[in-house]
Amino acid sequence: MTIAVKTFARLAEAASALSTERGARFLAGGTLVMRAVNEAEPSIETLVRSTDPSFVGIAVTSGRVELGAGVTMAAILGERELAFLHPVARAVGGPAVREAATIGGNLFAPSPYGDFASALLALDATVTLAGGYGQRELSLEEFLGRRERGASLVSSIAFKRPANEVFRFTKVTRVHPKGLSVLAIAAQLPLANGRIAGPRIAYGAMGRMPLRAKAAERALEGRPLEDNAIAPALAVAADGTSPLDDAIASAWWRREILPIHLRRLLLGAGRS
Amino acid sequence: MKTSIQFRLNDEEVATFADSGSNLLDVLREGIGDLSVKGGCWQGTCGTCTVLVDGMPRLSCVTLAESCEGKSIETVAGLRQGAKLHPLQTAFMERFAAQCGYCTPGMLMAAKALLDREPNPTRENVVDAICGNICRCTGYEPIIAAVLDAARAAPRRS
Repeated sequence: MTIAVKTFARLAEAASALSTERGARFLAGGTLVMRAVNEAEPSIETLVRSTDPSFVGIAVTSGRVELGAGVTMAAILGERELAFLHPVARAVGGPAVREAATIGGNLFAPSPYGDFASALLALDATVTLAGGYGQRELSLEEFLGRRERGASLVSSIAFKRPANEVFRFTKVTRVHPKGLSVLAIAAQLPLANGRIAGPRIAYGAMGRMPLRAKAAERALEGRPLEDNAIAPALAVAADGTSPLDDAIASAWWRREILPIHLRRLLLGAGRS
Repeated sequence: MKTSIQFRLNDEEVATFADSGSNLLDVLREGIGDLSVKGGCWQGTCGTCTVLVDGMPRLSCVTLAESCEGKSIETVAGLRQGAKLHPLQTAFMERFAAQCGYCTPGMLMAAKALLDREPNPTRENVVDAICGNICRCTGYEPIIAAVLDAARAAPRRS
């Protein structure tokens, strides 16, 4: 079946087409959608693209980061001000994938993909959706909770820039140097007087989509990053998770090793 | 529905008609006839279809051909100059970096992207450059050695 390709200069036009064209799917980097096209996914009848410059814009100030959803992993790696995200971008595929894969596309990646989305969840990111009649902003957590309910066009992603040393990330793979996630952990760990104040921890590959480690966050509140102090958080690390059984790892294995890698991350041995 | 596509392929202007929505790999092989590009998985996983688009490595199997309109594409067919092999090709032969050879076109182009950007790569740079390319024969070490050899060979064609 031939697929129509429609390219729009403005994101709003692309968003309108996405909601009105039959079997429309938005194409950004193509690493997910072209794969589905190659597999003759029958629901795809139209590919919608946009050349809107804002879609690939990067704006970094001292307090805030705003990224167009079409920013690629390679573009993240080329931005010195986003050094805290370099380990995350580098964890996504090889150089050829990183040239194409976008941060917006990563929000739609099925588990065990979506490492970057886990990081954005830990950063408490907000997502702006483009529509034919304007834009709407919502939390990434809310977006992930409803992402499978219908077509939506993510135009940009924003978050508060973390202070130095506050953000940490680790990805566990069987194959090195690059493989699919057994699991990924991203954490924002602000300290006040040597104790954790308001932590945000997110997991990748521990559910159908990236999710918060809320029980562990509660258990860490007010504690120093020391072995004995973090033990209660490790005990509840897997609470609320529902990892997949797949070719990379069993759900049981993912739950078993999660506290080990969370401990390493919290104590500073993670890829941060 | 057919759509026309034009781009530069290995420094020559080419044009073809392709089914709308085609991937670049199929257009290169079936539309243009450049069989130097290999398809392995058509899922963006194996890396053997790697080509350079405006100098950067891309997986041609998951690249929309229409998005390459007006761009410059490099494939392994464009590496040698006449009878003279590219230093990467020579090094791959001398280091026995190809066995079955199926991954070789992608490995060469991934390595070329690295050397064009970083003429003096470290071993770590090379490992990262080919980390998205799967080889089931060599164990990777001869490939890494070949890329490092090619980087030392001079003069190198960009």
